[in-house]
Amino acid sequence: MAWRLRRKRRAEDFRAELEAHVDLESELLRERGMGEAGARRAARRTVGNLTRIQERFYESGHWMAGEALWRDLKLALRGLRAAPSFTLAAVATLAVAIGANAVVFAALNAVVRHPLPVPQARSLFVLQPHPDNTSLEESYPDYLAFRDHNRSFDGLAAFSITQVGLEAGGQAAPVWVEEVSGNYFDVLRLQPARGRLLRASDEHGFNSAPEVVISYSFWTTRFHQDPAVVGRVVRFNRHPLTIIGVAPRGFAGTIMFFSPQFFVPLVDEEWFEGANRLQQRAEVSALFVGGIGHLKAGMSQAAAVADLNAIGATLDRSYPKIEQPYSFALRLPGLYGDFLGRPVHGFLAALQLLAALTLLAACLNLASLFAARVTDRQRELALRVALGAGGWRVMRLLWSEAVLVALLGGGIGLGGAVLLLRWLRAWQPFPQFPISIPIRPDAAVYLFALSLALLAGLLFGAGAVARALRSDPYQVIKSGKGVERERLSGTRQWLLAGQLAACALLVTASFVAVRGLVRSLQANYGFNPTGALLVQVDLTTMAGYAGARVPTVQKRLLDSVRSNPAVSAASLADWLPLGMEGWKDQPVFRGHATDLRPSRQAADATVLKISPGYFQAAETPLLAGRDLAETDDATAPRVAVVNQEFARKLFGSLGRATGEEFKLEDGTRVEVVGVAADGKYNSLTEAPQPAMFLPLRQWPVGETWMLVRSPRPPGEVSAAVMSALHGLDPELPFFAEPWSTAMNGALFPARLAAVALGILGAMGALLSITGIFGAAAYAVSRRRRELGIRLALGAGSREVLEASLGPALRVLVLGAGTGLLLGLLTARLLAYVVYQATPNDPLVLAGAVAAMLLVGLIATWVPARRALAIDPLQLLREE
Amino acid sequence: MITQPEKLELLQGTLDLLVLRTLILGEQHGQGIARAIQQTSGQELLVEHGALYPALQRLEDRGWVAARWGLSQNNRRARFYGLTAKGRKRLAEETTKWRRLSGAIGRVLEAGGE
Repeated sequence: MAWRLRRKRRAEDFRAELEAHVDLESELLRERGMGEAGARRAARRTVGNLTRIQERFYESGHWMAGEALWRDLKLALRGLRAAPSFTLAAVATLAVAIGANAVVFAALNAVVRHPLPVPQARSLFVLQPHPDNTSLEESYPDYLAFRDHNRSFDGLAAFSITQVGLEAGGQAAPVWVEEVSGNYFDVLRLQPARGRLLRASDEHGFNSAPEVVISYSFWTTRFHQDPAVVGRVVRFNRHPLTIIGVAPRGFAGTIMFFSPQFFVPLVDEEWFEGANRLQQRAEVSALFVGGIGHLKAGMSQAAAVADLNAIGATLDRSYPKIEQPYSFALRLPGLYGDFLGRPVHGFLAALQLLAALTLLAACLNLASLFAARVTDRQRELALRVALGAGGWRVMRLLWSEAVLVALLGGGIGLGGAVLLLRWLRAWQPFPQFPISIPIRPDAAVYLFALSLALLAGLLFGAGAVARALRSDPYQVIKSGKGVERERLSGTRQWLLAGQLAACALLVTASFVAVRGLVRSLQANYGFNPTGALLVQVDLTTMAGYAGARVPTVQKRLLDSVRSNPAVSAASLADWLPLGMEGWKDQPVFRGHATDLRPSRQAADATVLKISPGYFQAAETPLLAGRDLAETDDATAPRVAVVNQEFARKLFGSLGRATGEEFKLEDGTRVEVVGVAADGKYNSLTEAPQPAMFLPLRQWPVGETWMLVRSPRPPGEVSAAVMSALHGLDPELPFFAEPWSTAMNGALFPARLAAVALGILGAMGALLSITGIFGAAAYAVSRRRRELGIRLALGAGSREVLEASLGPALRVLVLGAGTGLLLGLLTARLLAYVVYQATPNDPLVLAGAVAAMLLVGLIATWVPARRALAIDPLQLLREE
Repeated sequence: MITQPEKLELLQGTLDLLVLRTLILGEQHGQGIARAIQQTSGQELLVEHGALYPALQRLEDRGWVAARWGLSQNNRRARFYGLTAKGRKRLAEETTKWRRLSGAIGRVLEAGGE
């Protein structure tokens, strides 16, 4: 049908012509001797169905297609406004289902189609050197060999990530930097936002390029886009470097989800990491870098892999190494090869499947809800058909209603998805890591959501349309029984029960998770994070202190902090329990052991190197013996405080531990001077672990955390401590945060589980509501006559409700019961993620049951009221 | 609707041809066209008047006829249709086509009758 901008002829004109015809014809008939009224009737009859002809005129394209659509929409809108509960249920369900699909699709779209915001990203690949060890690791000398000898790439760049201390304008703080090869920006084909970017010609051997590039976002947040920043000298780990330019806007390094604040020359590695590991090729201590580059035009991936493998084979022959031989694969950039790529892709694909199933379930539920609506409108639809509306017209009416609902829901869902993604982009789950989730919805996402909405509308409208077309208008008007009797079909009943079971399962699981989370917030960790401040103090790499100066400076720092009257205790530790730095344990042996192979160990103990005062600062109870003391220094015998579990494992009991000795793997004898309470070290859900606390003065470490306890608010203490520390060394970079904030990392899995299960539970509940609502509403609509008769024969509301809602309620009880049971059984699985997750909790059980009851109540509210509102008199008059 | 079974129903697509043929005699309104077809066919062809108007509209859309409002012999307002140049050409084509078709059908029927 042609889309006309202007209709050629008005409908009124056409109508006038038809009337003129009737006039002319009746005049002719009168002339032939017919009576006035008879002539007119006969004339009318020759024309046939006037409405029908005009209808054909509308549809012949005189009426603009847009106008027809608009009329359909207006009609649909009027229909929807007349049924608010149906509209609300349908729109909400679709909004959630389509929104979920849009969010997941946007993430997949970002990861697969736009991994990096760089020009010609399609030909950009990272090199994954080994099939098993899935990260992108090759040593720097090997990288140089690949860079110089390959014939497949338009340049190969290298990158690695590290944390350094930045001092600028009298303020020092740790920042994350991406160490990059000189050709990095040229290989990625990037242009500076300001100044210039690093070039291959900036490199003149190791520690030769005193230039750095600042990221656009850090330039914005830290320097408020001050143009004078370009050309400024800042100090990284005390080495002066010049900021030569600003990286392009939106570019946040080569690893998605992690946005470094600076790009620094890889050749200057020694300045940033304290040691030059760039010359090491095979050793474990070598710096491993990732390689990235554009495949040359016309070069196939297979040919590039063969090219790289040939170079790799030469390297493997010349320099035997611990690693497996090179066997390359090319991967999309952004997710550090398969290392992150495989889990992220797998996770997103699973989510997309889940979202698609949710949408499918939503469509099924809405189909029965919609069918109920069509049943209610049988009479109206039959009238329309009788008055000349064709099948196509009725189909369009019903479908435009379904599609309108779907588009409304889809629009709201998409809006929600956009907001959620915007929130995610600003989300900083861990303050000490510059995590960013740069997922932007693009045209593909909008198109996806729109097509889903249209598809969903057509899908759930289809059943209703088919039903309406099957019905016989004549029968409907005569007896109101046009639609063949249909029970809630067996399959659909099972589907609904399955949905309810899944919903109840999720609701129970989320209650268990939330309860567990609440418990773990109040749990006994063996230390008290509330009221303590953590300050990251890195004296060696970031500040350049070495050897004997380290303990002296640490002592001075501690003394100056302790001199503040607001500070009740302060201590240093090289590692903190439940932090985010991974495991730190080593084997220990009994005092008399001579065989010190790891297989003969008495225990694998978590090690903390601490300064005296740690137990007060952490509020870990000391149960026996003494704390470590200042006198336990390098010249004194080696001593340790151990925890209860350690004492139990090595010495049998707590009381016997003090004064006993044990051995470390290098044979050092250590005497136990005290026993501290057990705690959690690596995760909230772990079983008691042996742990030992060694004096920092006997085992010096420069990178430490300072633990400051004070009854004052953390912000105030933080300021006082920072100024004290700056007084000692203005260039020392610090990062301070309340211990409870740092603990977020430990609680993150539990939080995530609670939130994810909560979202899934809510979605399940919404689906269940529409499912039950649909089934119940359909049952009531179908059995109106029967219910009316029952009422007329004296049935009470109880009987009516039982007759109308019984089947739906039975499905509800069956499904929800199964789900609750399953939820209680699987809650044990949650115990691996959430601390003290237990289903044996009356509150959880009561909460889950209450939630399901609420679901049932909301879902049956409207149908129940409609069933009770049936007026037998009116029904009788209607038929 | 009661129909007179002895009258012939129009073949699909032949209404256009008949309308064009009728208009070659000069401008005419819808009712006049209907009556003219009925009369010239010796009352053999049944034109459902209702079907005529959408057909006229179709012809107008294709540019084969042009329409204007005017007055009938009895001074009644009516919409008059006239043949355009394009319409004349079309009529010639359609007529040839129809003659060939009916001739062919006739030959087949006669052959079958022997």
